Amino acid sequence: MTRLSKIEGVAAPLPIANLDTDQIIPKQFLRRIDKAGLADGILYDMRFDSNGDKRGDFVLNQPAYADSKILVAGQNFGCGSSREHAVWGLLEFGIKAVIAPSFGEIFYSNAMNNNLLLVALEENAVEAILRDVINPQYSQICIDIEAMTVRSHSQSASFSLSERHRRMFLEGLDMIGATLSMEDQIRAFAQAHWQHKPWLKDIAATTRKRLV
Amino acid sequence: MSTSTQTSKTLYEKLVETHTVARLDDQNVLLYADLHIMNEYTSPQAFAGLAQTGRKVLQPGQNLAVVDHIIPTHPTTIRVIQDADSALQASNLKRNCEMHGIPFYDANDRYQGVEHVIVPEHGMVRPGMVILCGDSHTTTYGALGALGFGIGTSEVEHVLATQTLVYRLARTMRIHVSGRLPFGTTSKDLILMIIRKISAQGARGYAVEFCGEAIHALSIEARFALCNMAVEAGARGALIAPDQMAFDYLTQRCPDLKGESLAQALNDWRHLRSDAGATFDAEYSFDAADVEPYVTWGTSPDQAIPITGCIPELSSIEDETERQTVDRALRYTRLSPGSALEGVPVQHIFIGSCTNARIEDLRAVAEVVKGRKVAKHVRAMIVPGSGEVRRQAEVEGLADIFLDAGFEWRQPGCSMCLAMNDDVLAPGIRCASTTNRNFEGRQGREAITHLMSPAMAAAAAVTGCITDVRNLGA
Ligand code: SF4
Repeated sequence: MTRLSKIEGVAAPLPIANLDTDQIIPKQFLRRIDKAGLADGILYDMRFDSNGDKRGDFVLNQPAYADSKILVAGQNFGCGSSREHAVWGLLEFGIKAVIAPSFGEIFYSNAMNNNLLLVALEENAVEAILRDVINPQYSQICIDIEAMTVRSHSQSASFSLSERHRRMFLEGLDMIGATLSMEDQIRAFAQAHWQHKPWLKDIAATTRKRLV
Repeated sequence: MSTSTQTSKTLYEKLVETHTVARLDDQNVLLYADLHIMNEYTSPQAFAGLAQTGRKVLQPGQNLAVVDHIIPTHPTTIRVIQDADSALQASNLKRNCEMHGIPFYDANDRYQGVEHVIVPEHGMVRPGMVILCGDSHTTTYGALGALGFGIGTSEVEHVLATQTLVYRLARTMRIHVSGRLPFGTTSKDLILMIIRKISAQGARGYAVEFCGEAIHALSIEARFALCNMAVEAGARGALIAPDQMAFDYLTQRCPDLKGESLAQALNDWRHLRSDAGATFDAEYSFDAADVEPYVTWGTSPDQAIPITGCIPELSSIEDETERQTVDRALRYTRLSPGSALEGVPVQHIFIGSCTNARIEDLRAVAEVVKGRKVAKHVRAMIVPGSGEVRRQAEVEGLADIFLDAGFEWRQPGCSMCLAMNDDVLAPGIRCASTTNRNFEGRQGREAITHLMSPAMAAAAAVTGCITDVRNLGA
C-alpha cells in the first residue's frame, strides 16, 4: 500500500444527491476478473450519450476539469451496490479524493481500503466549496491528510478521520497481514464458538454435501 | 454503540459481542464470520489478491460461492453463458473454489439461484450468525435474527484469508411497526413506505432492528423482503428477533438438527432478543394501518408514493437541492410533477430478484393473474429466485398459470434486477419491477424502473399500466 499525506489539484463539482455506484460504474464494466480498464466505465452514462459520443456539457468532459483529482459531490455519494469497481475505476480515472456531506457505508470502507480519500463535511461547507470550484479559476483544492484539513479558494475546513483510517493513508498498512498475526487467536475463538454452537461449524460444506 | 458495561443489551450488541475475536480500538473490532458468501463478479480480484500474496483460505467450510449475477435465464435445460467475459467469470470462480475447497453452486446446479434466496432456503442462515457477502443485500438474513451485511472485494479477500473482518461498530436504531398490514399490502409496501419516510440515507450508519406486532405477523419470506431493502435506507444491518415462526421455518430446513441438538439450538436462539431496558441510538414508530400499495416514481428507492397519491409538485419543495434532485429524477423517468402513477402505461414486467422471487411472491402473482392475460404490447417475465422455487412453483401449478396468462417462465438468476446478463431493457422502456433498486440505468440505459410488490406488478401485467391491485376485483 502506498503512503499518502497530501492531495492537491483541480476539483470538479458534481452536486448530485444519492449518486449510486451503479451510476459511478455501470454493470457492463463489471465483467472482468481483474481491475484493469475500469476508468473507461466511470460515470459512463453521464460522460457519453447513447451513441457513445462525449457529452460536452458534462463537467468532467470540459477542458478545465479534464484533469480533476477531486470530486465535490452531493449527499450519500456511493450508495447502493457494494461493487468495489467504483473505487478502483475512480482511482484509475485519476480521482484521489471525494468531498461530500455523506457517503454510502460500503463505499466508504471500500474507498479507505484503497486509499481513495473520502472527506465528509457539513452540507453548508460542501456548498461553499462547490461555489468556489464551479468557477474553473477557483477549482484548486488542497487536502492535508496529516492535519485533516481542506482548503479551497475561499474556504478552509477540518474533517475527521478515524485514527485507523488516518494511519492507513499515512503509513500504508497490510490489513490482512496485521490480522493474520492474530491467526492463533482467531482459530481459538472459532473452536470455542463451535463448542457452544456446534450447528455452525462447516455450515457451508455440510450443507453442500447434503445437497448433492 | 453503547459501552459493554451496561447490562441491558440490544440484539445487535449481543451478536457483535459473541463474534468479537478482539477489540482493535474504540471504533473497530475483529469480527468473526460464521458464513461468507461469494458471487462471480465481486470475488475474482479477491482470489487474485490471495494468489499474489500466496495466502490460503483459512476455513473453506464456512464459505460458499454461487454463479448468479451474470447467467442467462432463458428457459432452456442446459444454460450456456455466451458472453466470453461472463463465461470467464463463472469458470474462474469454479476454479478458485476447487483450488481452495470452497462449496460451489454452478450455473446448472439444481440448487442454483440468487445467493440470498438459496442460502436461507437450505437452512444455512441460522439465528445469531454473522454472515458476510460481497453484495449489499446481505441484510436479508436479519429476517432470521442473523447479522448480515455487504462488504467490498478487499474485504472479501480479508475474510477469505482470516474468516474475520475489521468491523466498525454501527449505531443502533429500532423501528417499531404496530397493527396489521391492510388488505392488498405486503412487507414490500411497508419497507417502501419506511424508506420514503426516513429517506435513502435515513438508516445510514445504523443497524436497524424491526419490531412490533406488524413485523411478527409477517411470514419469514415477507421478512426477507423487508430486511433485504433496509439497505436502501443505508442500513448496515437489519434484524428481527427470531420468534416461533422463525423456529418453525428453521426446523424444516435444518435436517442436521434434531432431538438433543435441535433443543440445544432452540434454547440458544430463544435468547436472541433485545433486553427490555436496552437503549437505541435512534427510534421510529409506524402504524401498519397507514400502509398502502407503494410504487416508486423516481430514481432512488425513497422516491415512492402510495398508489392513491401524486408525485410531488416542484413548487411544494422548499429545499433547493431536493428540488433539483426531484427534477432530475422526473426528467429521467419522463413523468410530470403533481401527476398520479395509476394508469401510467408500462411495456415490461419483471418479477424476480432476492427481494421478491420466493414461492410466496409467486403465489401472490398467480392469485392475481389466474384466468387473466398479460396485456397486449407488454412483455412479462418471471425469473424465480432459485431452482427450488422454480420446481415448487411447477409442482403447485403456478407455472402453468403464468404460461397460460402469457408470462415468460424463466430459469433462476439475478437477471433484470441489475441487467448484467442479456436481460436488459431498451432505452425508454418502462418496467413494473419487484426488485429493489430504481437507479438510473439499473435495468438498462435510459430504462425506467417502478418498484412495487409482486401483486402490484402482476396487476400491471394484466392491465398494461400501473394499477391499484386492490381495485382489480376477484
Ligand atoms: S437479485 Fe438483484 S439485488 Fe439481489 S443479489 Fe441479484 S443483483 Fe443483487
